[in-house]
Amino acid sequence: MQISSRELKIIQTSTQLTFSDIFGSWKARWGINRMNFKVEPGLYSVGNPGSSSPVLVTANYKMSFDSLRKELNELDAWILVLDTKGINVWCAAGKGTFGTKELINRIAIVQLEKVVSHKTIIIPQLGAPGISAHEVSKFSGFKVLYGPVKAKDVKEFIKAGMKASAEMRTVRFSIYDRLVLTPVDLVGTFRFSLMIFGILFLLNLLGFGPFGFVDFYAYMGAVLAGCVLTPVLLPWIPGRAFAWKGWLVGLIWAAFVNVFNGWTAVPLYSVLRALGYLLVLPSVSAYYAMNFTGSSTFTSFSGVLKEMRIAVPAIVISIFLGIVLILVNSFIKL
Amino acid sequence: MKHQYLKNVSTLKLKSDQCTGCGRCMEVCPHNVFLMEEKKSVIVDKDRCMECGACVKNCPFDALEVKQGVGCAYAIIMGWLTGTEPSCDCSDNSSGSCC
Repeated sequence: MQISSRELKIIQTSTQLTFSDIFGSWKARWGINRMNFKVEPGLYSVGNPGSSSPVLVTANYKMSFDSLRKELNELDAWILVLDTKGINVWCAAGKGTFGTKELINRIAIVQLEKVVSHKTIIIPQLGAPGISAHEVSKFSGFKVLYGPVKAKDVKEFIKAGMKASAEMRTVRFSIYDRLVLTPVDLVGTFRFSLMIFGILFLLNLLGFGPFGFVDFYAYMGAVLAGCVLTPVLLPWIPGRAFAWKGWLVGLIWAAFVNVFNGWTAVPLYSVLRALGYLLVLPSVSAYYAMNFTGSSTFTSFSGVLKEMRIAVPAIVISIFLGIVLILVNSFIKL
Repeated sequence: MKHQYLKNVSTLKLKSDQCTGCGRCMEVCPHNVFLMEEKKSVIVDKDRCMECGACVKNCPFDALEVKQGVGCAYAIIMGWLTGTEPSCDCSDNSSGSCC
């Protein structure tokens, strides 16, 4: 009887990121080619790993893979890349694609038992929502060690004898962490914003206008207040619900727009229009701020649902009333 | 500064009689919700829980329970619109905010 054995496939990689790696990450942050920023799943090597070198598991989103390997200089290690459809570790774990089944399969596909003599694999801690450690060891024989939250702590984790400090186990969400997430949201609003500008243009043509420069920057400011300013200032804005925080920032913006345009001094700038802005702009900010819950690291499903049950109807009614007021105001002026 | 989200919303439950004090939940929780007291895990601050489900998945003794879900408004809106369970699927197109 002949026993066929598959060849081991190991891809050599480096801990140095090239310009195109870094440029690729930058593009992904702006939503360019973000859904196709992937590496091939499989087993990679950095440095000169042997049978006793550690095995680090990650996702096949290229930004995840790159942020891990760039922290491994002067280290000999294996990187096991799971097929998460190009999604990062934490999100893929939530979806289940960074999961027990894929991990067990991938260990078998790369024939990990032939590459290393030990029986441990290091999973990033944020992969835990998708991985059942005891099931992995039951079916694959490999013991799961949960590593630190951040790739930058991996080296220290290994040096400390595979022990993560409480500090390494906690998720932070610093002002920088929040800032780098804002471009994608902002780009995501463009299509919708263009639709609004299209409608305003049509209303102008039909004679309901004029909607002009003030409306344009008032709206864009409200978008920025919800998409950028609220996320950046998040912990300092009073209140807990994201929509509420966004509404507050938007309200300040709406007041600013009104005062800047001479309300209450200029009689042409009517109360109706000012009220319209006060109803529409904070609600726009609230909506976009609410959507930042998906980018945040600490909101729960139950919590978001609770805030949305109040925020969504309030936003819809407020925007509707505001638009009616602004249109009525345009009519009066005709 | 510390982030705080809504109070008294998390669906996390710990069945103390099934807990053996292995400490896995403490290890995987990204928000320090658990603490070991007298060789048993206790929930010290439920309001820090984001319902990611890591503790439930990794408890070998089924001592934990949570309704795992994504804390993402966009996912919930898409769920309402399409009549499906909210999931992190906004990644399928270029717009959208989560992940």
